[in-house]
Amino acid sequence: MGKNLAGKSAFIVAVLVIFCFGIVGIPHGGLTQSIKDRIHLGLDLKGGTHLVLEVHVAEAVGSATDRDVARLEEDLQKAGVTGATVGKTDPTRPQTIVVSGIPAAKLSDARSVLQGNDYSTYDVATTADGNSTLTMKLAAIRDLETRTLDTSIETIRERIDKLGVAEPVIQKYGLGENQILVELPGVSDPDRVEEIIQSTAKLSIHAVTGGPYDTDQAALQANGGVIPADSMLVHGSGSAGAPDQIWLLKRVSEVEGTDFRDAQPGQDQNGRPNIRFNLTTEAGDRFYKYTEAHTASSATPGSMAIVLDNKVREVAGIQSAIRDSGEITGAFTQQQANDLSLMLRTGALPASISYLETRTVGPSLGAASIHQGIIAAIAGMLAVMVFMLIYYRGAGINADLALILNLVILLGFMGFTGSTLTLPGIAGVILTIGMGVDSNVLIFERIREELRAGKTAATAVQQGFAHAWVTIVDTHVTTIVSAMILFLFGSGPVRGFAVTLAFGLFANIFTAVLVSRVIFDTILQKKERGAALSI
Amino acid sequence: MSLELFRTTNIDWLGKKWYFLGFSLIFSVLGVLSILFWHHIPLGVDFKGGTQVRVAFDQTPNEDHIRQAMDRAGVHDARIQRVSDPSGHAANKVIIALPESTATDQSHDAGRQSVESALNANYHDSHFTIEQVEIVGPVAGMQLRKQAGLATLYSLLGMLIYLWFRFELIYGVAAVVAVFHDTLITVGAFSLTNQEITLTVIAAILTLIGYSMNDTIVVFDRIRENLALSRRESLHDVVNRSINQTLSRTVISSGLTFLTVLSLYLFGGEVLHGFSFALVVGILIGTYSSIAVAAPMLVAYQDWRVKRGKSVSLPAGKRAKV
Repeated sequence: MGKNLAGKSAFIVAVLVIFCFGIVGIPHGGLTQSIKDRIHLGLDLKGGTHLVLEVHVAEAVGSATDRDVARLEEDLQKAGVTGATVGKTDPTRPQTIVVSGIPAAKLSDARSVLQGNDYSTYDVATTADGNSTLTMKLAAIRDLETRTLDTSIETIRERIDKLGVAEPVIQKYGLGENQILVELPGVSDPDRVEEIIQSTAKLSIHAVTGGPYDTDQAALQANGGVIPADSMLVHGSGSAGAPDQIWLLKRVSEVEGTDFRDAQPGQDQNGRPNIRFNLTTEAGDRFYKYTEAHTASSATPGSMAIVLDNKVREVAGIQSAIRDSGEITGAFTQQQANDLSLMLRTGALPASISYLETRTVGPSLGAASIHQGIIAAIAGMLAVMVFMLIYYRGAGINADLALILNLVILLGFMGFTGSTLTLPGIAGVILTIGMGVDSNVLIFERIREELRAGKTAATAVQQGFAHAWVTIVDTHVTTIVSAMILFLFGSGPVRGFAVTLAFGLFANIFTAVLVSRVIFDTILQKKERGAALSI
Repeated sequence: MSLELFRTTNIDWLGKKWYFLGFSLIFSVLGVLSILFWHHIPLGVDFKGGTQVRVAFDQTPNEDHIRQAMDRAGVHDARIQRVSDPSGHAANKVIIALPESTATDQSHDAGRQSVESALNANYHDSHFTIEQVEIVGPVAGMQLRKQAGLATLYSLLGMLIYLWFRFELIYGVAAVVAVFHDTLITVGAFSLTNQEITLTVIAAILTLIGYSMNDTIVVFDRIRENLALSRRESLHDVVNRSINQTLSRTVISSGLTFLTVLSLYLFGGEVLHGFSFALVVGILIGTYSSIAVAAPMLVAYQDWRVKRGKSVSLPAGKRAKV
């Protein structure tokens, strides 16, 4: 009848071999090792930490406008426009700068400054009396926010790399705006995670203009009831172990995290831990100008505060002018000095971050889950296989072979695509076993019906497959649609489930329709005309 | 002779529809009552937010001592629950849960730290390790709720459209009603047994929606095939016959899937417990609903159209004598 059984059989064997390869690759160093190399385990099986962070990109806008306020003041001075005040008047709108008090004679000079290249990212609106409002363009804001998010991802990636975590995942998180997903396999000790969390912080050095105060009220009183627009109140302790106090700091920082070229922990001449740092040339020039004017021996001695994640960590007097290399000495331990240097070296984050979601799984729980999952899978599979043999006899062998091939193809698919196996994924495999055998049951029941109606073995088989095909397609498509939606809307573990379910169903269509058919046809060929079919 | 459990059955399924309705009503109402008044819908930390710490003790933990340890450290709103696991492996494990207020954006880790330090300082019965921590802040909780809701909505919509396309609208509606019935009873079961609904449980519920649809489609396919073959039979008889013909396949298939899911429930471990419970209940109810809810609804819709005096347009698009 020209069925080309030999060709089809060869094809099936080839598929089996290819997918076996998918599972183990080229076997080296033992079977379990090869499998482990090809199939990735999810965090819930391997143990590890899953974090979702949010980057407060709006802060980057605030920092950018702060810097532009300082620059505008300088530019206006240089253009000879005196008496103008530049500032941000509305804290809820950090993208807006207001220039007021421009003397009438200098209006045109001021205008030419505002329309210069330096402020092209702003929309300038000028009223008749010369007051101007600069609002950062929407496109510029979006651009800045995107760049901030990207830089944050890069910085976090570098930090985590330097801490020696194997195969971390750091990427944008789709569920919300400006969110980052971080996965640290093998790190499940919450304190170590805390340590890594500490290291992703925003650092800057600010000039101290007032304080320390004990309460917010005291701070306000000392400044005549209102905080000047160019300053901010920040909590913190001036040295390790000191109680929480409040400082008045200049809003615009003297040194940003990105200005540090290098930072190394060390010890000063008294053996106390310190940090030796190098700034970039441009930052060095700025810093020199500031420190020279405010050394202890100058007319206006000043202090600087090191601010970490919006809290004051260290306040130090300026001993001498610092250009681009200096020392930070404070009451920190050697470990703290090491951590702080690492942060400075890898560049601080351009904006602060907060934690939205944390999940950690310990390695013992992960190992127990794998163990239990495999036992459940084997138990389920055995139950199904034994039943099929008892109920369908010869055809049951057919179904069981198809089942095993299903499993090989499913795992092979996962090996080829580098998919991650999670605990719900193992459940998906188990479910596929149950649902997969459904196709065989559909076909076999139909064949039995046809046999009962008096058809010959060959016709019954042919009719059975033909009628069952429609239903098999319908049922598989609906479940695959279900799996696709789960994949689109699911997170890690649920995605793993969707993947094994979908792959399993595809594998099942192949085995149920082609493999079972070929086995039946081969058996029929060998039988005498009119002999009974074992089903 | 071959083993055949359902050679030729001739049960009047549609005739029993009032028993089915009664049965479904009892379980649905029980579930709804529990959801409204008793345990409500127990939400996992994924949706409710907060901190959840799974602690494994070397010896059987004493829950009262744990609570005292918490209280002494000033942690008063902890919920302490023993881990349930049919295989008995998780006998020495406890889940300590703190409400959403402990997982704010400012102090994300505070809840976990307070639990750990409370146990370290005040619980001396045995050594313990923290096996798993889940902290979900308010923003993340809201995102996950939205995600679960959208997934369920799109799933049902997708099914409805597919069925409308393959069959006719009334088939789709009947199937969706059956699925809704299944979901209600499953969620009711969670409420009655006070088990938490987490994201993986939602995944299981979506899967059982797919499975229930599957099962219903098998019956509908046979109804459609039989309607095309016979023009003189009433819809009532065709549906009964279709169910009887597919009974063998339905029971065996569902039975086998149920076996695998039961294996998961018994041996799959405590982490998958909620997930496998949803599947166990769902597969039973899903199979039942194809025969007891979807098929009778088809016929009921037909009878309703007849009563209204409309000509009978059989769902397969063929006209027939009434």
